[in-house]
Amino acid sequence: MMEESRIQDIEIHLFLDALFRRYGYDFRHYAKASLKRRVLATLAATPYSTLAELIPRLLRDEDYLAEVIAQLSVPVTEMFRDPHVFKALRENVLPVLKTHPRFNVWQAGCATGEEVYSLAIMLDEEGLLERAQIYATDINEKALHNAEDGIFSMQSLPEYQRNYQHAGGRARFSDYYVANAGFFRIHERLRSRIVFAHHNLVSDGVFCEVQLILCRNVLIYFDNELQKHVLGLFHESLARSGFLCLGTRESLRTVEAQSLFAPVDRVAMIYRKNGIHA
Amino acid sequence: MALSTYNNDVPEIQYTHRTAEAIAIGCSAGGLDALCVVLQALPPECASAVIIVAHTAPDGNHLLPALLARRCRFPVSVAYEREPVLSGHVYVAPPNYHLLIEADRSFALSVDERVCFVRPSIDVLFYSAADAYREKLAGIVLTGANSDGALGLEAVKKAGGYTLVQDPRGAYADTMPKAAIATGAADKVLPLDALATELGLLCSVPPKTR
Repeated sequence: MMEESRIQDIEIHLFLDALFRRYGYDFRHYAKASLKRRVLATLAATPYSTLAELIPRLLRDEDYLAEVIAQLSVPVTEMFRDPHVFKALRENVLPVLKTHPRFNVWQAGCATGEEVYSLAIMLDEEGLLERAQIYATDINEKALHNAEDGIFSMQSLPEYQRNYQHAGGRARFSDYYVANAGFFRIHERLRSRIVFAHHNLVSDGVFCEVQLILCRNVLIYFDNELQKHVLGLFHESLARSGFLCLGTRESLRTVEAQSLFAPVDRVAMIYRKNGIHA
Repeated sequence: MALSTYNNDVPEIQYTHRTAEAIAIGCSAGGLDALCVVLQALPPECASAVIIVAHTAPDGNHLLPALLARRCRFPVSVAYEREPVLSGHVYVAPPNYHLLIEADRSFALSVDERVCFVRPSIDVLFYSAADAYREKLAGIVLTGANSDGALGLEAVKKAGGYTLVQDPRGAYADTMPKAAIATGAADKVLPLDALATELGLLCSVPPKTR
Protein backbone atom coordinates (compact mmCIF):
# COMPACT_ATOMS: atom_id res chain seq x y z
CA MET A 1 0.00 0.00 0.00
CA MET A 2 1.16 3.49 -0.75
CA GLU A 3 2.36 5.44 2.24
CA GLU A 4 0.07 8.19 3.47
CA SER A 5 2.79 10.81 3.07
CA ARG A 6 3.24 9.91 -0.61
CA ILE A 7 -0.49 10.25 -1.20
CA GLN A 8 -0.33 13.61 0.53
CA ASP A 9 2.46 14.71 -1.83
CA ILE A 10 0.21 13.88 -4.78
CA GLU A 11 -2.62 15.84 -3.20
CA ILE A 12 -0.39 18.88 -2.71
CA HIS A 13 0.51 18.71 -6.37
CA LEU A 14 -3.17 18.54 -7.35
CA PHE A 15 -4.09 21.37 -5.00
CA LEU A 16 -1.43 23.68 -6.44
CA ASP A 17 -2.41 22.70 -9.97
CA ALA A 18 -6.06 23.52 -9.20
CA LEU A 19 -5.04 26.88 -7.75
CA PHE A 20 -3.06 27.68 -10.87
CA ARG A 21 -5.59 26.48 -13.45
CA ARG A 22 -8.54 28.07 -11.73
CA TYR A 23 -7.08 31.41 -10.59
CA GLY A 24 -3.67 31.76 -12.25
CA TYR A 25 -1.72 31.81 -8.97
CA ASP A 26 1.35 29.71 -9.62
CA PHE A 27 2.96 28.27 -6.50
CA ARG A 28 4.43 25.35 -8.38
CA HIS A 29 7.92 26.86 -8.27
CA TYR A 30 7.94 27.62 -4.59
CA ALA A 31 10.50 25.77 -2.46
CA LYS A 32 8.77 22.52 -1.58
CA ALA A 33 9.53 21.94 2.09
CA SER A 34 8.18 25.21 3.48
CA LEU A 35 5.32 25.30 0.95
CA LYS A 36 4.21 21.88 2.18
CA ARG A 37 3.99 23.23 5.72
CA ARG A 38 1.86 26.10 4.53
CA VAL A 39 -0.44 23.96 2.43
CA LEU A 40 -0.97 21.61 5.36
CA ALA A 41 -1.64 24.60 7.64
CA THR A 42 -4.25 25.76 5.11
CA LEU A 43 -5.89 22.35 5.34
CA ALA A 44 -5.69 22.34 9.14
CA ALA A 45 -7.75 25.56 9.20
CA THR A 46 -10.65 23.74 7.48
CA PRO A 47 -12.93 20.96 8.69
CA TYR A 48 -11.52 18.61 6.04
CA SER A 49 -9.05 15.88 6.81
CA THR A 50 -7.49 15.57 3.35
CA LEU A 51 -6.47 18.08 0.71
CA ALA A 52 -8.44 16.13 -1.89
CA GLU A 53 -11.62 17.11 -0.05
CA LEU A 54 -10.59 20.75 -0.06
CA ILE A 55 -10.02 20.98 -3.82
CA PRO A 56 -13.75 21.22 -4.77
CA ARG A 57 -14.12 24.18 -2.43
CA LEU A 58 -11.03 25.83 -3.88
CA LEU A 59 -12.42 25.38 -7.40
CA ARG A 60 -15.95 26.65 -6.72
CA ASP A 61 -15.80 29.09 -3.84
CA GLU A 62 -14.17 32.24 -5.19
CA ASP A 63 -14.37 33.97 -1.83
CA TYR A 64 -12.14 31.28 -0.40
CA LEU A 65 -9.24 32.30 -2.66
CA ALA A 66 -8.11 35.28 -0.56
CA GLU A 67 -7.97 33.01 2.47
CA VAL A 68 -5.84 30.45 0.65
CA ILE A 69 -3.43 33.09 -0.66
CA ALA A 70 -3.15 34.55 2.83
CA GLN A 71 -2.35 31.10 4.22
CA LEU A 72 0.17 30.25 1.54
CA SER A 73 2.05 33.52 1.89
CA VAL A 74 2.17 33.74 5.67
CA PRO A 75 3.31 37.30 6.24
CA VAL A 76 5.86 37.49 8.99
CA THR A 77 7.93 40.60 9.31
CA GLU A 78 9.00 43.14 11.88
CA MET A 79 10.12 46.77 11.85
CA PHE A 80 13.85 47.28 11.28
CA ARG A 81 14.44 43.52 11.23
CA ASP A 82 18.26 43.08 11.06
CA PRO A 83 19.00 46.67 12.17
CA HIS A 84 22.50 46.49 10.70
CA VAL A 85 20.97 46.18 7.23
CA PHE A 86 18.99 49.40 7.67
CA LYS A 87 22.10 51.07 9.00
CA ALA A 88 23.99 49.94 5.90
CA LEU A 89 21.20 51.22 3.65
CA ARG A 90 21.36 54.56 5.43
CA GLU A 91 25.11 54.79 5.02
CA ASN A 92 25.66 53.30 1.58
CA VAL A 93 22.48 53.73 -0.42
CA LEU A 94 20.67 56.83 0.80
CA PRO A 95 23.60 59.18 0.03
CA VAL A 96 23.39 58.02 -3.59
CA LEU A 97 19.61 58.43 -3.71
CA LYS A 98 20.18 61.95 -2.38
CA THR A 99 21.80 62.87 -5.70
CA HIS A 100 18.46 62.31 -7.49
CA PRO A 101 15.82 65.05 -7.50
CA ARG A 102 13.19 62.28 -7.48
CA PHE A 103 13.47 58.53 -7.13
CA ASN A 104 11.39 55.37 -6.93
CA VAL A 105 11.69 52.59 -4.38
CA TRP A 106 10.06 49.17 -4.66
CA GLN A 107 9.59 46.76 -1.84
CA ALA A 108 8.66 43.40 -3.34
CA GLY A 109 6.81 41.14 -0.93
CA CYS A 110 5.86 43.79 1.61
CA ALA A 111 3.52 41.52 3.62
CA THR A 112 1.94 43.63 6.38
CA GLY A 113 4.19 46.62 5.77
CA GLU A 114 6.55 46.71 8.76
CA GLU A 115 9.63 46.87 6.60
CA VAL A 116 8.46 49.48 4.12
CA TYR A 117 7.44 51.78 6.98
CA SER A 118 10.90 51.27 8.48
CA LEU A 119 12.37 52.40 5.19
CA ALA A 120 10.03 55.40 5.03
CA ILE A 121 11.09 56.46 8.52
CA MET A 122 14.71 56.29 7.48
CA LEU A 123 14.09 58.28 4.29
CA ASP A 124 12.28 60.88 6.36
CA GLU A 125 15.21 61.22 8.74
CA GLU A 126 17.55 61.76 5.80
CA GLY A 127 15.24 64.41 4.35
CA LEU A 128 14.41 62.23 1.36
CA LEU A 129 10.83 61.21 1.96
CA GLU A 130 9.37 64.05 -0.12
CA ARG A 131 11.45 63.03 -3.12
CA ALA A 132 10.58 59.36 -2.89
CA GLN A 133 7.78 57.43 -4.48
CA ILE A 134 7.57 54.12 -2.67
CA TYR A 135 5.81 51.09 -4.11
CA ALA A 136 5.12 48.18 -1.79
CA THR A 137 3.71 45.08 -3.43
CA ASP A 138 2.51 41.64 -2.42
CA ILE A 139 0.17 38.89 -3.66
CA ASN A 140 -1.61 38.70 -0.33
CA GLU A 141 -4.62 41.08 -0.41
CA LYS A 142 -5.33 40.64 3.28
CA ALA A 143 -1.77 41.58 4.18
CA LEU A 144 -1.88 44.56 1.78
CA HIS A 145 -4.99 45.91 3.53
CA ASN A 146 -3.27 45.64 6.90
CA ALA A 147 -0.16 47.26 5.49
CA GLU A 148 -2.19 50.16 4.11
CA ASP A 149 -3.83 50.69 7.51
CA GLY A 150 -0.41 50.86 9.14
CA ILE A 151 -1.76 49.61 12.44
CA PHE A 152 0.44 47.35 14.56
CA SER A 153 0.24 45.71 17.95
CA MET A 154 1.81 47.48 20.93
CA GLN A 155 3.23 44.13 21.95
CA SER A 156 5.96 44.40 19.34
CA LEU A 157 6.76 48.02 20.16
CA PRO A 158 9.66 47.48 22.60
CA GLU A 159 11.40 45.24 20.08
CA TYR A 160 10.82 47.74 17.26
CA GLN A 161 12.12 50.58 19.40
CA ARG A 162 15.27 48.63 20.13
CA ASN A 163 15.72 47.75 16.45
CA TYR A 164 15.16 51.38 15.46
CA GLN A 165 17.94 52.54 17.79
CA HIS A 166 20.32 49.86 16.52
CA ALA A 167 19.51 50.87 12.96
CA GLY A 168 20.88 54.32 13.72
CA GLY A 169 17.54 56.04 14.35
CA ARG A 170 18.05 59.76 14.90
CA ALA A 171 14.83 60.73 16.62
CA ARG A 172 12.47 59.00 18.99
CA PHE A 173 10.57 56.11 17.51
CA SER A 174 7.43 57.53 19.12
CA ASP A 175 7.64 60.49 16.71
CA TYR A 176 6.36 58.22 13.97
CA TYR A 177 3.17 56.79 15.36
CA VAL A 178 0.07 57.46 17.43
CA ALA A 179 -0.67 54.96 20.18
CA ASN A 180 -4.18 53.87 20.97
CA ALA A 181 -5.56 51.01 23.09
CA GLY A 182 -3.06 48.24 22.46
CA PHE A 183 -2.22 49.42 18.97
CA PHE A 184 -0.09 52.04 17.32
CA ARG A 185 -0.64 53.60 13.95
CA ILE A 186 2.05 54.94 11.64
CA HIS A 187 1.60 58.67 10.89
CA GLU A 188 -0.37 59.63 7.83
CA ARG A 189 2.64 61.65 6.67
CA LEU A 190 4.54 58.39 6.13
CA ARG A 191 1.61 56.28 4.97
CA SER A 192 0.71 58.74 2.23
CA ARG A 193 4.11 58.32 0.58
CA ILE A 194 3.60 54.62 -0.06
CA VAL A 195 1.50 53.02 -2.78
CA PHE A 196 0.45 49.52 -1.79
CA ALA A 197 -0.39 47.36 -4.77
CA HIS A 198 -0.99 43.80 -5.85
CA HIS A 199 1.92 42.39 -7.82
CA ASN A 200 2.85 38.76 -8.37
CA LEU A 201 6.58 38.17 -8.81
CA VAL A 202 5.81 34.88 -10.54
CA SER A 203 3.61 36.25 -13.30
CA ASP A 204 3.70 40.06 -13.37
CA GLY A 205 6.38 42.10 -15.09
CA VAL A 206 8.18 45.40 -14.71
CA PHE A 207 5.85 48.25 -13.69
CA CYS A 208 8.27 51.15 -13.41
CA GLU A 209 11.92 52.05 -13.23
CA VAL A 210 13.21 52.10 -9.67
CA GLN A 211 16.42 53.17 -7.96
CA LEU A 212 16.15 50.75 -5.03
CA ILE A 213 14.52 47.35 -4.63
CA LEU A 214 14.09 45.87 -1.19
CA CYS A 215 13.20 42.19 -1.32
CA ARG A 216 14.26 40.40 1.81
CA ASN A 217 13.43 36.81 2.67
CA VAL A 218 11.18 36.32 -0.32
CA LEU A 219 13.56 34.47 -2.62
CA ILE A 220 14.12 31.78 0.04
CA TYR A 221 10.58 30.61 -0.72
CA PHE A 222 11.26 30.13 -4.43
CA ASP A 223 12.99 27.29 -6.23
CA ASN A 224 16.09 27.99 -8.32
CA GLU A 225 14.18 28.52 -11.54
CA LEU A 226 11.83 31.06 -10.00
CA GLN A 227 14.68 32.79 -8.15
CA LYS A 228 16.45 33.26 -11.42
CA HIS A 229 13.33 34.64 -13.06
CA VAL A 230 12.70 37.12 -10.24
CA LEU A 231 16.31 38.32 -10.15
CA GLY A 232 16.00 38.93 -13.90
CA LEU A 233 12.85 40.94 -13.27
CA PHE A 234 14.66 43.01 -10.65
CA HIS A 235 17.53 43.63 -13.03
CA GLU A 236 15.09 44.86 -15.66
CA SER A 237 13.23 47.06 -13.17
CA LEU A 238 16.30 48.78 -11.78
CA ALA A 239 17.62 52.02 -13.20
CA ARG A 240 21.28 52.13 -14.16
CA SER A 241 23.39 51.31 -11.08
CA GLY A 242 20.23 50.88 -9.03
CA PHE A 243 20.38 49.07 -5.69
CA LEU A 244 19.04 45.69 -4.67
CA CYS A 245 18.80 44.59 -1.06
CA LEU A 246 18.19 40.89 -0.32
CA GLY A 247 17.76 38.93 2.91
CA THR A 248 20.91 38.32 4.93
CA ARG A 249 20.78 34.56 4.35
CA GLU A 250 19.98 34.76 0.67
CA SER A 251 22.48 34.38 -2.12
CA LEU A 252 22.96 35.17 -5.78
CA ARG A 253 25.38 32.29 -6.11
CA THR A 254 22.86 29.48 -6.12
CA VAL A 255 21.31 30.63 -9.37
CA GLU A 256 24.50 32.08 -10.83
CA ALA A 257 23.10 35.59 -10.94
CA GLN A 258 26.37 37.24 -9.88
CA SER A 259 26.81 38.70 -13.35
CA LEU A 260 23.61 40.76 -12.93
CA PHE A 261 24.59 42.52 -9.71
CA ALA A 262 27.79 43.67 -8.05
CA PRO A 263 28.12 43.49 -4.26
CA VAL A 264 28.14 46.74 -2.29
CA ASP A 265 27.86 45.21 1.18
CA ARG A 266 28.00 41.43 1.40
CA VAL A 267 26.93 41.30 5.03
CA ALA A 268 23.88 43.50 4.57
CA MET A 269 23.29 41.86 1.16
CA ILE A 270 23.21 45.12 -0.78
CA TYR A 271 24.00 44.93 -4.50
CA ARG A 272 24.13 47.30 -7.46
CA LYS A 273 22.89 46.58 -10.91
CA ASN A 274 25.61 45.69 -13.38
CA GLY A 275 25.52 47.42 -16.73
CA ILE A 276 26.50 44.39 -18.72
CA HIS A 277 23.53 42.24 -19.57
CA ALA A 278 24.17 38.58 -18.91
CA MET B 1 23.07 -13.75 4.89
CA ALA B 2 24.30 -14.47 1.41
CA LEU B 3 27.79 -13.41 2.35
CA SER B 4 28.22 -16.02 5.04
CA THR B 5 27.42 -18.76 2.59
CA TYR B 6 30.23 -17.58 0.34
CA ASN B 7 32.80 -17.61 3.07
CA ASN B 8 31.97 -19.70 6.06
CA ASP B 9 35.13 -19.10 8.02
CA VAL B 10 34.36 -15.37 8.41
CA PRO B 11 31.88 -15.00 11.24
CA GLU B 12 28.85 -13.01 10.26
CA ILE B 13 28.90 -9.58 11.86
CA GLN B 14 25.79 -8.89 13.84
CA TYR B 15 24.97 -5.24 13.55
CA THR B 16 23.34 -4.04 16.70
CA HIS B 17 22.75 -0.68 15.17
CA ARG B 18 21.59 1.03 12.04
CA THR B 19 23.47 3.70 10.19
CA ALA B 20 21.57 6.94 9.77
CA GLU B 21 22.10 9.10 6.70
CA ALA B 22 21.24 12.16 8.73
CA ILE B 23 20.92 12.88 12.42
CA ALA B 24 18.73 15.78 13.45
CA ILE B 25 19.28 17.11 16.96
CA GLY B 26 17.11 19.58 18.83
CA CYS B 27 17.88 21.33 22.08
CA SER B 28 17.22 24.48 24.04
CA ALA B 29 18.15 25.50 27.58
CA GLY B 30 21.39 23.77 28.60
CA GLY B 31 21.86 22.58 25.05
CA LEU B 32 25.43 23.70 24.49
CA ASP B 33 26.89 21.40 27.16
CA ALA B 34 24.74 18.49 26.03
CA LEU B 35 25.75 19.01 22.40
CA CYS B 36 29.42 19.06 23.34
CA VAL B 37 29.04 15.68 25.04
CA VAL B 38 27.25 14.00 22.16
CA LEU B 39 29.36 15.52 19.37
CA GLN B 40 32.56 14.30 21.02
CA ALA B 41 31.28 10.80 20.40
CA LEU B 42 31.27 11.16 16.62
CA PRO B 43 33.52 8.45 15.16
CA PRO B 44 36.58 9.32 13.05
CA GLU B 45 34.78 8.18 9.93
CA CYS B 46 31.34 9.66 10.09
CA ALA B 47 28.75 8.37 7.63
CA SER B 48 26.04 10.82 8.63
CA ALA B 49 25.24 14.49 8.38
CA VAL B 50 24.47 16.04 11.76
CA ILE B 51 21.92 18.85 11.70
CA ILE B 52 21.27 20.88 14.83
CA VAL B 53 18.53 23.26 15.86
CA ALA B 54 19.39 25.00 19.10
CA HIS B 55 17.14 27.77 20.33
CA THR B 56 19.21 30.95 20.41
CA ALA B 57 18.46 34.64 20.71
CA PRO B 58 17.41 36.01 17.30
CA ASP B 59 19.89 38.87 17.37
CA GLY B 60 22.51 37.36 19.63
CA ASN B 61 26.04 36.72 18.47
CA HIS B 62 25.91 33.33 16.91
CA LEU B 63 28.82 31.65 18.67
CA LEU B 64 27.42 28.15 18.61
CA PRO B 65 29.25 26.86 15.50
CA ALA B 66 32.62 28.08 16.82
CA LEU B 67 31.98 26.61 20.27
CA LEU B 68 30.94 23.26 18.85
CA ALA B 69 33.82 23.17 16.37
CA ARG B 70 36.24 23.02 19.31
CA ARG B 71 34.63 19.87 20.60
CA CYS B 72 34.25 17.96 17.42
CA ARG B 73 36.59 16.72 14.73
CA PHE B 74 34.29 17.57 11.87
CA PRO B 75 33.58 20.86 10.17
CA VAL B 76 30.79 22.77 11.92
CA SER B 77 29.00 25.49 9.99
CA VAL B 78 25.78 27.44 9.78
CA ALA B 79 23.50 25.83 7.22
CA TYR B 80 23.29 27.84 4.02
CA GLU B 81 20.21 28.08 1.90
CA ARG B 82 20.25 25.46 -0.89
CA GLU B 83 23.59 24.03 0.25
CA PRO B 84 23.76 20.23 -0.16
CA VAL B 85 23.70 18.29 3.11
CA LEU B 86 27.00 16.42 3.38
CA SER B 87 27.95 13.50 5.58
CA GLY B 88 30.77 14.03 8.05
CA HIS B 89 29.61 17.57 8.51
CA VAL B 90 27.84 19.28 11.41
CA TYR B 91 25.31 21.98 10.55
CA VAL B 92 23.63 24.50 12.81
CA ALA B 93 20.43 26.41 11.98
CA PRO B 94 20.99 30.18 11.58
CA PRO B 95 19.37 32.39 14.24
CA ASN B 96 15.89 33.70 13.45
CA TYR B 97 15.25 31.32 10.52
CA HIS B 98 13.56 27.96 10.39
CA LEU B 99 15.80 25.33 8.85
CA LEU B 100 14.25 22.75 6.53
CA ILE B 101 15.51 19.93 4.33
CA GLU B 102 14.31 19.56 0.75
CA ALA B 103 13.71 16.18 -0.87
CA ASP B 104 16.97 16.52 -2.82
CA ARG B 105 18.82 16.76 0.52
CA SER B 106 19.63 20.42 0.42
CA PHE B 107 18.94 23.06 3.04
CA ALA B 108 16.08 25.54 2.87
CA LEU B 109 15.27 28.47 5.14
CA SER B 110 12.05 30.20 6.06
CA VAL B 111 10.94 33.12 8.19
CA ASP B 112 7.47 31.70 8.72
CA GLU B 113 5.88 32.37 12.07
CA ARG B 114 7.44 30.99 15.19
CA VAL B 115 6.50 27.45 16.22
CA CYS B 116 6.24 26.87 19.98
CA PHE B 117 7.32 30.54 20.30
CA VAL B 118 10.66 29.85 18.64
CA ARG B 119 12.44 30.23 15.34
CA PRO B 120 14.34 28.11 14.40
CA SER B 121 11.97 25.40 15.54
CA ILE B 122 12.98 21.78 16.06
CA ASP B 123 9.56 20.60 14.86
CA VAL B 124 10.02 22.36 11.52
CA LEU B 125 13.42 20.73 10.96
CA PHE B 126 12.21 17.29 12.08
CA TYR B 127 9.07 17.31 9.90
CA SER B 128 10.94 18.23 6.75
CA ALA B 129 13.93 15.97 7.49
CA ALA B 130 11.54 13.06 8.15
CA ASP B 131 9.99 13.73 4.75
CA ALA B 132 13.34 13.85 3.01
CA TYR B 133 15.18 10.99 4.73
CA ARG B 134 12.33 8.72 5.89
CA GLU B 135 13.80 5.67 7.68
CA LYS B 136 17.34 6.92 7.13
CA LEU B 137 16.89 9.68 9.69
CA ALA B 138 17.59 9.65 13.41
CA GLY B 139 15.97 12.36 15.52
CA ILE B 140 17.33 13.29 18.92
CA VAL B 141 15.71 15.56 21.51
CA LEU B 142 17.97 16.89 24.24
CA THR B 143 17.53 19.23 27.21
CA GLY B 144 15.17 22.20 26.93
CA ALA B 145 12.50 24.21 28.70
CA ASN B 146 9.94 24.15 25.90
CA SER B 147 7.84 21.51 24.17
CA ASP B 148 9.28 22.12 20.69
CA GLY B 149 10.52 18.91 19.10
CA ALA B 150 7.83 16.60 20.49
CA LEU B 151 5.57 16.66 17.42
CA GLY B 152 8.61 16.59 15.19
CA LEU B 153 9.92 13.47 16.88
CA GLU B 154 6.54 11.85 16.31
CA ALA B 155 6.86 12.68 12.60
CA VAL B 156 10.36 11.14 12.48
CA LYS B 157 9.02 7.96 14.06
CA LYS B 158 6.02 7.87 11.74
CA ALA B 159 8.29 8.10 8.70
CA GLY B 160 10.21 5.05 9.94
CA GLY B 161 13.13 6.96 11.47
CA TYR B 162 14.93 6.23 14.70
CA THR B 163 14.15 8.37 17.72
CA LEU B 164 16.20 9.11 20.82
CA VAL B 165 15.52 11.33 23.81
CA GLN B 166 17.79 12.44 26.60
CA ASP B 167 16.71 11.06 29.97
CA PRO B 168 14.87 13.99 31.56
CA ARG B 169 16.18 13.05 35.02
CA GLY B 170 19.70 14.07 34.06
CA ALA B 171 18.76 16.92 31.73
CA TYR B 172 19.47 20.56 32.58
CA ALA B 173 15.85 21.33 31.70
CA ASP B 174 13.41 18.44 31.54
CA THR B 175 10.37 19.97 29.78
CA MET B 176 11.54 19.23 26.27
CA PRO B 177 12.60 15.61 26.76
CA LYS B 178 9.47 14.97 28.84
CA ALA B 179 7.21 16.37 26.12
CA ALA B 180 9.00 14.25 23.51
CA ILE B 181 8.62 11.10 25.61
CA ALA B 182 4.94 11.86 26.24
CA THR B 183 4.22 11.44 22.52
CA GLY B 184 5.18 7.78 22.86
CA ALA B 185 7.42 8.15 19.82
CA ALA B 186 10.80 7.66 21.51
CA ASP B 187 12.64 4.46 20.60
CA LYS B 188 15.09 4.96 23.44
CA VAL B 189 15.39 7.28 26.42
CA LEU B 190 19.01 7.46 27.51
CA PRO B 191 21.29 9.41 29.81
CA LEU B 192 23.63 11.71 27.92
CA ASP B 193 26.66 9.39 27.95
CA ALA B 194 24.72 6.42 26.62
CA LEU B 195 23.05 8.67 24.10
CA ALA B 196 26.45 9.81 22.87
CA THR B 197 27.54 6.18 22.43
CA GLU B 198 24.37 5.45 20.48
CA LEU B 199 24.98 8.47 18.28
CA GLY B 200 28.51 7.23 17.62
CA LEU B 201 27.09 3.93 16.40
CA LEU B 202 24.49 5.62 14.22
CA CYS B 203 27.20 7.55 12.40
CA SER B 204 29.66 4.68 12.08
CA VAL B 205 30.52 3.52 8.63
CA PRO B 206 29.57 -0.18 8.59
CA PRO B 207 32.67 -2.39 8.30
CA LYS B 208 33.36 -3.34 4.70
CA THR B 209 31.92 -6.69 3.79
CA ARG B 210 34.64 -9.15 2.98
